[in-house]
Amino acid sequence: MKVIRIIGRSFRDSFKSISRNFSLSFASIMCTTITLILVAVAIVCAANIENATKIIEDELSIVVYLNKDVTAEQIENIKSDIKSQSNVASSTFKSKDEWKVELGDYSEDVGNILDYLDDNPLFDSFIVKVHDVDYLEDTAKYINDIDGVESVKYGEGMVENVISTFNVVEKIVIVAVITLILVTAFLISNTIKLTIINRKNEIEIMRLVGASNTSIKLPFLIEGFIIGIIGAIIPICITIYGYVILYSKMHGELFTNLVFLIKPYNFVFYVSLVLIVIGAIVGMLGSLKAVRKYLKI
Amino acid sequence: MSFIELKNVNKIYKNGVTALADMSVSIEKGEFVFVIGLTASGKSTFIKLLYREEKPTSGHVVVGGLNVEKIRNGRVYKLRRKIGIVFQDYKLLPKLTVYENVAFALECVGMKEKDIRPKVLEALERVGLKEKVRCFPNELSGGEQQRVCIARAIVNEPKLLICDEPTGNLDPETSKEIMNVIESINKDLKTTIIMATHDKDIVNRMKKRVLVIDHGVLVGDYAKGRYKAHESN
Repeated sequence: MKVIRIIGRSFRDSFKSISRNFSLSFASIMCTTITLILVAVAIVCAANIENATKIIEDELSIVVYLNKDVTAEQIENIKSDIKSQSNVASSTFKSKDEWKVELGDYSEDVGNILDYLDDNPLFDSFIVKVHDVDYLEDTAKYINDIDGVESVKYGEGMVENVISTFNVVEKIVIVAVITLILVTAFLISNTIKLTIINRKNEIEIMRLVGASNTSIKLPFLIEGFIIGIIGAIIPICITIYGYVILYSKMHGELFTNLVFLIKPYNFVFYVSLVLIVIGAIVGMLGSLKAVRKYLKI
Repeated sequence: MSFIELKNVNKIYKNGVTALADMSVSIEKGEFVFVIGLTASGKSTFIKLLYREEKPTSGHVVVGGLNVEKIRNGRVYKLRRKIGIVFQDYKLLPKLTVYENVAFALECVGMKEKDIRPKVLEALERVGLKEKVRCFPNELSGGEQQRVCIARAIVNEPKLLICDEPTGNLDPETSKEIMNVIESINKDLKTTIIMATHDKDIVNRMKKRVLVIDHGVLVGDYAKGRYKAHESN
C-alpha cells in the first residue's frame, strides 16, 4: 500500500512539475518530438529498404544450363549435387521444351523462329534459389563446376551492387536511428537536470525529512517517462498520416513496380509502438542519468 | 549507551581543513544541549555528523543506537526519519502552503492522507500557527516561518531535534518566542534537543548544558546552568 501511495504521489508530483516548469518541459517535449520524427523517418526508410532487399533477394535465382547431351541419369545426379549445397533453398528443373513454350508465350516472333528450327536450340536447366544471397556467387561457382553443367547465370555484378548498396544504406540508417536516440536521451537528461537544479531546495528538504532515494528519484523518472510519451504523440500522427499518404501517392511501389512499399496497416502501428517505447525508455533513462549525476544518490 | 555518543571523532575535509579533532561527547535522551562557538569553529560539522550529512574521517558517531558512519548512502533516510531538523534559513517550499509544507515531511515517508491531517494540525497547534494553515511562506513573518519549520521538524515525532542557528535571522523578541516553542517541545515531548547558536543571551538565559567548540576542539562541556557562572567567573 505504501508503495502504491508513493507511486501515486510521484505521478501527481511529476504532472505538477511538468506544468510548473512548463517552459522547460515544453522545450524538452519539442526536442523529443523533433528527434522522434527523424527516428520515425529513419525507421520507415530502414524497414522499407529491408523489405525491398528481401523482395529482391527472394527474386534472385541461379539459372543452371545443362550440356546439350546430358542424360536423364546425369540430370538426376546434377540435381542431387545441387541440393547437397547447404545454401540451396530449392531447385526446379525446367526442360528446354518448357523454355520454348515460355519464350513462345513471351514473344510470338521468337516462338515462330523456334518452331522453324528442326532442333530445339535451348538448354535444359535448373532454377536454383538460395538461402543467403551473400554466398550466391560461391554457390553459382560450385554449380558451374558440376559435371554436365554448361553454364550458370545469376545477374553477376548488378546483383551484388544493388544488395551491397542497400546494405550500406541500411547500416547508415541504423546508425542514424541510434544517434538520434542518444541525442534525445541527452536532451531529456539536460532538461531534467535543469528541473533538478530548479527543485534543488525541494530535493534537499525531501532528503532531510527522510524521503528514501527511490521516492526522490521516482517523480523525476516518471517526469522523463511522461515527457517521452507526450513527445511521441506528434511523430506518431505524422507517421500514421504521412505514411498512408505516401503509400497512396506512390501507389504502393518503391520507384519501380518490382519493389513494393510495406502496406501501411499494422506497419504504421508497429512504428508508432516503437516510437512510444523509445520515447518512454529514453525519457526515463535521460532523467535517470540526470538524477544520478545531480542528486548523488 | 547514551542516546548520542561521539568517540574520538575527527573530521578532515578534502581541502585539508580539520573541522573536528578528537571529539568525544555523550548526550542522554531528553537532554537540551547548546553547541556554541565562533564561525568556522566546527559546530556546523558537529551538527552535520549527527544527521549524516557528513561522515567522520575517523572515530564513531552513534545516534539513537545507529552507528552513523556505517550507514550507507541509500539508507540515510532511516536515520533522518528519527530526527527533526530546523535551519536558520527555514528551508520552506515557497509554492506550498503552511499546511502543505508540514505535510510534505509525512508525504515523503509515505504516510496515509487521513493520518497526515491530524498530525499536521497538531504540530501547527504546538507552534501556534493553526490559524495560518492556508498561508504561503511569503505571507508570514520570519518568526512564523521558523515556527512552520519547527512544526515540520516535529510532525514525525522525532526522538531528536537538531536546530542549526534557528534564531540567527530573528530579532531578540521573536527569538525568545521561538526558544519557548523549542523548550516546550523538550519538556512536553521529551525530545532531545541539540541546538547550535551564536546567541549568548539565549544560552545564558536558558541555563542548559553547553558544549563549546573552538577550532574543532571541544574546549568546554558545561552542565545545566553552569555556563553563565563560568563566563562571569
